[in-house]
Amino acid sequence: MAEYFANGETPEILFWVGCAGSFDQRAQKITKAFATILDKVGIRFAILGKEESCTGDPARRAGNEFIFQMMAQNNIAVLNGYEVKKIVTACPHCFNTLRNEYPELGGHYEVIHHATYLQQLIDEGKIRMQEGGTFKGRKITYHDSCYLGRANNIYEAPRKVLEALDAELVEMKRCRSNGLCCGAGGAQMFKEEEKGSTRINFERGKEAIGTGASVIAANCPFCMTMLTDGVKEQGKEDSVQVLDIAEMIAQQMQ
Amino acid sequence: MHIIQELLFVIAFGIAVYLFYRKASQIRQNILLGRDVSLNDEPAARWQNVLLLAFGQKKMFRNPLVAVLHFFVYAGFVIINVEILEIILDGILGKHRLFAPLLGGLYPVLIGCFEILAALVMIGCAIFLVRRNIVRVKRLNQHELDGWPRSDANYILITEIVLMLLFLTMNTADQALQLHGHEHYINTGAFWVSGNFVSLFSGLSDSTLVAIERGCWWLHILGILAFLNYLPYSKHLHIILAFPNAYYADLRPKGKMENMPAVQKEVQLMLQPELAANEAPATDIPKFGAKDVPDLTWKNLLDAYSCTECGRCTAACPANITGKKLSPRKIMMDTRDRAEEIGLQIAKNGSFSEDGKTLLRDYISEEELRACTSCNACVQECPVSINPLHIILQLRRHLVMEESSAPQEWNMMFSNIENNMAPWKMSPDDRDKWAVEMNG
Repeated sequence: MAEYFANGETPEILFWVGCAGSFDQRAQKITKAFATILDKVGIRFAILGKEESCTGDPARRAGNEFIFQMMAQNNIAVLNGYEVKKIVTACPHCFNTLRNEYPELGGHYEVIHHATYLQQLIDEGKIRMQEGGTFKGRKITYHDSCYLGRANNIYEAPRKVLEALDAELVEMKRCRSNGLCCGAGGAQMFKEEEKGSTRINFERGKEAIGTGASVIAANCPFCMTMLTDGVKEQGKEDSVQVLDIAEMIAQQMQ
Repeated sequence: MHIIQELLFVIAFGIAVYLFYRKASQIRQNILLGRDVSLNDEPAARWQNVLLLAFGQKKMFRNPLVAVLHFFVYAGFVIINVEILEIILDGILGKHRLFAPLLGGLYPVLIGCFEILAALVMIGCAIFLVRRNIVRVKRLNQHELDGWPRSDANYILITEIVLMLLFLTMNTADQALQLHGHEHYINTGAFWVSGNFVSLFSGLSDSTLVAIERGCWWLHILGILAFLNYLPYSKHLHIILAFPNAYYADLRPKGKMENMPAVQKEVQLMLQPELAANEAPATDIPKFGAKDVPDLTWKNLLDAYSCTECGRCTAACPANITGKKLSPRKIMMDTRDRAEEIGLQIAKNGSFSEDGKTLLRDYISEEELRACTSCNACVQECPVSINPLHIILQLRRHLVMEESSAPQEWNMMFSNIENNMAPWKMSPDDRDKWAVEMNG
């Protein structure tokens, strides 16, 4: 972003990578896949790089408003400093915080989750699929992340993206607004689960595998971690893949 | 004789309305214990919620079978109130079936419709009793319902069946008397449901029939007046509060958390100390989060009084499904119980003073609060627009900001974010390493 700004240029979008997308090894692959798509389509995009910080979402949801406010106000200062208008992110938690919680702190941007952005690129014909790609005819189930689904009412965009793959979409019983959480939200990602009869991601992994799908499609780096572990617990890691929708599009686009 | 009946009726009616008003005022006062929030923006969207969610019971239809049965009971309740109007006017004026001469041929049709609804209410309530006590649907038999809540539910269903039975029996006796040509019982023609049962009363004398008819009339209306006064002590209060609660429902995206302007300002002054010079020094130390009922918003407390303990929230809660202690329904029940406890104290002593108890810990444990994933399933499910998550998050804020009480891993996460700008112990310099790898 600093480079664009120094040259007096404005990129089309700022790609907000997020902490998971930056540091988590599995999520880095999603980041790379999404960046590859943007490159192929020829979108001029920027990242904040080292100037990006955690949005503060996990701290806020755990109850630590001070850390949240510190992160949020710093990020807003950086974003406003670069006169950022449009942000795309591959993390529904970053998406929710940037979109719903930054405006009242002075950060007003058009914020788009990558599911919606990919759908737009497909609709505009900018992303075109190869004939008979890897996913054609395969059974895919889609896991609604809470922060894209219930939190922001986005259920159709990721499903439209999957339709473009020509695969067979099989829904879990608990889908859309009934979707079952992966277990990571509300800062659970960063602590052990409380005592219970099973883990939430095991419960969800079992349900996803129960559909008979060979691919579980996700749209969130935290769901990715949780579902991957859930699939392992069922001993299905060799036959069932957990993939982000961006990775699937990147694999099959022309 | 007539005048005594009229007098007794007016007295009973007056007492019932007065008692209800008194208890309703107490509840209003308890709800207003909560801190103020402004929820009057976008009236059009709010009225739309009242129409769709409260009148239309939109969310109930997520489970269509139960929704249809519930709709019978609800429609029966609302529409039969028109008949109650006639009963009350009859009672005050000492008339019998005041509306019959006014409506003529329409009257038996109207009563016929009420009777069909009454029969549907009975069927609905009977099926609900079976679901609760014989089929034992999981969400209707979880442990937070042990004791009073379970009895409360059964009392409500049984009372509704009895009231409808009294109404139908009264009409049956009335028609038997009409057939006998009793002068007081004007001819209305046969009613659709009770008309089929008149033969059951064929051998009875006029005086017995009048006793049955009057007995049912009195028991029915006294039952309704008693039920009215039972409502404020019961989960059944939702039949009233569902409407205001839909109006005041949060209109913002569910993912948005309430801002804390006090913390926002403090951090702002920390990051931009030059602003502090123009600031008036803070006069009082703000409280962070919620520890007890008065720290919550009045909407949280209205939520608590609107809850009918149906457990759709708990049945959808990922933590509860996987055996954790958290149950969003219990959060609401605890909040109401604590609000009642504080309200009673105020009624006794004139004001609320520390009683050594708080909503946090004495009612809701840390373990419950820690189990929440903030997934909003409970908020999504609630048919009467209750938001248990808002209460959970306010209690968490108290724990972390007032008591520094957090699991060790969360404290590490906090310090990682503060020092490394990420929840993990990673160097901020490596944040764009993936991009270097891609280009290299």
